[in-house]
Amino acid sequence: MPDISAAALAAQVFTGLVLGGIYVLLAVGLSLIFGLMTVVNFSHGALYMLGAYFGFVLMGRTGSFLVALVLAPLLVGAFGLVVERFLIRPLYGRSPDDPLLLTFGLSLVLVEVARLIWGKIGVTLDPPPALAGAVNLGFTYFPSYRLFVIAVTVVVLVGLWLFLEKTNVGLVIRAGSRDPMMVRALGFDVGRIWFLVFGIGTGLAGLAGILAGPMRGAYAEMGVTIIIESFVVVVVGGMGSLLGAVISGLLIGQIVGLTTFFAPKLAEIVVFIFMALVLLFRPSGLLGEAGLME
Amino acid sequence: MKKRAVAWVQRHTVLCFFVVFAIFPWVVPYKSLAAQVLIYGLFALGFNLLYGYTGLLSFGSAAYWGLGAYGTGIALAKLKVTSLWLALGMGLVFALVGGALVGFFCLRRRGIYFAMLTLAFAQLLYFVGFHLADWTGGDDGLRGIVVPAIGVGHWRLPLDRSVVFYYFTLVIVGLAVAALKRILDSPFGAVLQAIRENADRATACGYDISRIKHLSFVFYALFCGLAGALDALRLTVVPIESLHWSTSGQVVIMTLLGGAGTFFGPFVGAATFLVLEDSISVWTESWPLAIGAIFMAFVLFLPKGIWGTLTGGFHGR
Amino acid sequence: MNRRVFLTTTAAGAATVAFPAVLRAQSKDPVRIGFPLPLTGPFAAIAGDMKQGAELGVDELNAKGGILGRKVELLVRDDQLKPQVGAQRTQELIEKENCQFIVGGLAAHVQMAINEQTKKAKVLFISTSQSDEISAKPDTSPITFHEALNPTITSRVVGSWIMKNLGKKWWIVYADYAWGKQNNMVLTETNKKLGGTILGSTPYPLGSAEFSAHLPKIQAAKPEVLVAVTPGADDIAFLKQVKSFGMQNQMKIAKPLHWISVAKQGGPELYQDIYGGINFYWELQDTIPEAKRYVEAFQKKFGTPPGDYGVYAYSAVLEVARGSELAKTTDGEKVADALRKNPTYNHVKGKQWWRTCDNKSFQDMWILKGRAPGKTKGEWGLLDIVARVPASDDMDRTCAEKGHTA
Repeated sequence: MPDISAAALAAQVFTGLVLGGIYVLLAVGLSLIFGLMTVVNFSHGALYMLGAYFGFVLMGRTGSFLVALVLAPLLVGAFGLVVERFLIRPLYGRSPDDPLLLTFGLSLVLVEVARLIWGKIGVTLDPPPALAGAVNLGFTYFPSYRLFVIAVTVVVLVGLWLFLEKTNVGLVIRAGSRDPMMVRALGFDVGRIWFLVFGIGTGLAGLAGILAGPMRGAYAEMGVTIIIESFVVVVVGGMGSLLGAVISGLLIGQIVGLTTFFAPKLAEIVVFIFMALVLLFRPSGLLGEAGLME
Repeated sequence: MKKRAVAWVQRHTVLCFFVVFAIFPWVVPYKSLAAQVLIYGLFALGFNLLYGYTGLLSFGSAAYWGLGAYGTGIALAKLKVTSLWLALGMGLVFALVGGALVGFFCLRRRGIYFAMLTLAFAQLLYFVGFHLADWTGGDDGLRGIVVPAIGVGHWRLPLDRSVVFYYFTLVIVGLAVAALKRILDSPFGAVLQAIRENADRATACGYDISRIKHLSFVFYALFCGLAGALDALRLTVVPIESLHWSTSGQVVIMTLLGGAGTFFGPFVGAATFLVLEDSISVWTESWPLAIGAIFMAFVLFLPKGIWGTLTGGFHGR
Repeated sequence: MNRRVFLTTTAAGAATVAFPAVLRAQSKDPVRIGFPLPLTGPFAAIAGDMKQGAELGVDELNAKGGILGRKVELLVRDDQLKPQVGAQRTQELIEKENCQFIVGGLAAHVQMAINEQTKKAKVLFISTSQSDEISAKPDTSPITFHEALNPTITSRVVGSWIMKNLGKKWWIVYADYAWGKQNNMVLTETNKKLGGTILGSTPYPLGSAEFSAHLPKIQAAKPEVLVAVTPGADDIAFLKQVKSFGMQNQMKIAKPLHWISVAKQGGPELYQDIYGGINFYWELQDTIPEAKRYVEAFQKKFGTPPGDYGVYAYSAVLEVARGSELAKTTDGEKVADALRKNPTYNHVKGKQWWRTCDNKSFQDMWILKGRAPGKTKGEWGLLDIVARVPASDDMDRTCAEKGHTA
């Protein structure tokens, strides 16, 4: 048992927040797509990876991290629209497992393509010089860039919440995830809503990727383990529940962070133990709708 | 003409299996590949029982393959068991217990939650295997497996030659195939498919579907475990990747390529996958790209798989 | 079924039943060296260097007439960093392609699976992967040779050097898998033996590049040296995070091994003043004639200087040739005997030799230090040579410790 000073523990909680932020961005995207379309997007991790690589390319061309931060998610979202239109839509009406299987294949392809385009060893992204130092939080020094990640996550989530709660499109999306039949009966083009939602969901994955890039670098396999963890977050939060995804993401970020601190060997497994426990006692996840793809 | 041929094959399943696979090693480039096809075919057969016939998609098949492999491997390498049958038996027991326990927990949920639970338990097992390095060899894998010769009385047949090992595997897998045929042709098999078509209606008909699903899961674990055990004997090493989710993913791809819900689909799928991998790997480095693209094409355009499309025998979902 | 397949399979069948060694040695077929390595996956860049080293070796052999007058062919296969695939490729190379020798492996667990297949087929295998177990029981065999360094050698050498030159109070961060754990264990042993202190030892899951959890704790403990057992991409993530906490100014940072391709990718800003061990670095051409010859030939053929892993493959291929010429046959067991009876060789960097009990290659090591940005020499001159550590018998575990009797 290491020396636990309050400062070290507090720093640890902040680290857990950063990790949680990335999880939340990924989980919200996955949950949006699942909640509305009952599609499980296995390529979400690969899209996260693309976000980091697109960010790398944009930073190289424009020299500006801010430009990359805005454009990379948009590019990934646009790519997501293409995927929805040409790969997912043809599967409508078939077995619900098919989009899962298709996106699984897609993830294999995207990882290899990334390796072919950007090389086998990965690339380094640097945070902008303004964010490269550390900030004195009083109890410890914490890297500024990581605080930035927390801030961006909060801003994006608030923006998303406003979009869903306060706009008409948002209303239709929320209605559509509760009762797609009814929404269609009321005359809305559900296909176009799905198109939009898939783009937003994948764009969020891209955002998570470019945010993570300067912390860990970009490499073709970076999405491979995080996709599994993201699924766990979504399932624990309740598939289709956005608030569930947020709470679950933050919770699991803390759990992983604290386990890494106290019992590093258990860090990898604790996520799965937690999921198994939650699912066995609260079958639809923390905030899931009972009966929806139960 | 084709319909009659297909019908004939479906009536004489086990015979066809033995005939095809008796000559198989002389058709493929090398014996070891043939044995690999048989073993992975058996693995896919188990998965297909759960997915193609019962309608339950599991992402944790590696757990039972791994349990079978480690059970047999530990018997031979650590416990120094001298009987091959005892070692195989131990592998099967590991897979049986694992399947019964994990199945009990996972089957409390349905659909995507069930799939995620199977994955979670498989990952748990992976980490346990990784860290129990004294028994499993950890990430270096379990080595030191000595394959005993089989025999009766004073007569002994060593299994170290590729050809001999192949025909030994053929007999074991053949027995498993025959067993599966019995299972599927029985009333139990019929109820499995009823569950796949419409679980609620099956319940309404009075069947105790949760017991039946559980039993199906246990059979699935046994077939996967037997396949894993045979591979442990073939490679004389059990790598930790046996428990990794990429192994689970591989069997999903193979079954779909061949045709889920068909009897021979798994073997066709395993053969296609492995022979393709063998040949494509020689002239390109991007095998994962090739197989990912092929798999997507199948999901989009050929969902019944090769054998399913050829026989038109896909029962539809 | 075509005639070629039929003939190949019948011949293979006959060979496995009759006298394999005699049949192979008497044919005038080329000598085939099978080479499984991870061409795809996170270590593909290192594998690329290995492939080039082997190709150079084969070219040089063929220019001199081949092995025993027969042309040498190199058959490269992707093992995808997976043991099952490595084992399968090895079986394909032996059964279908009739390779007489196997050289290769990069990942420890894959090479052990490869080794199982070569042992069964009685084919000589020279491993180019870093692993302690390959030369110990139960993996070792008379036809299993190990060319590369292993964690024991690396950590003993680098550990001792750190104790004498950088500091005695350490904190170790290591990847929680076989290679990482072995290095950690040997580093700890070496430190204690020379009277140092280990302030802490932190494992992390391999590939999980999240270290900020641990860094505040390490900073607070104030070690003199932070020893990072962080392979590949993990190393870059680790150094970035360490830098973001400002720790490079508070302590020395050292690793058991530098990897040239990773250092290049990370860049001099990240790798400045980072110490590490290595088996070969191209700037050795300034002081060692064999290195100069190798570097020039490599540069001429491929346009870049050679990396660190390529020399393992190059040496291994040349040793296959040397052993075959000595034994006058390509039979694995006889070649192995010949190599043991004539264990000394020098292909790239000075004297190396095979230890008799475990077929382990003993060789010199060097300590390198990252150059500051602005002080680098061209695209590849990223590291300074700080010290040379000559090979010695106590570098590795003793024969008895590895389970070899007599």
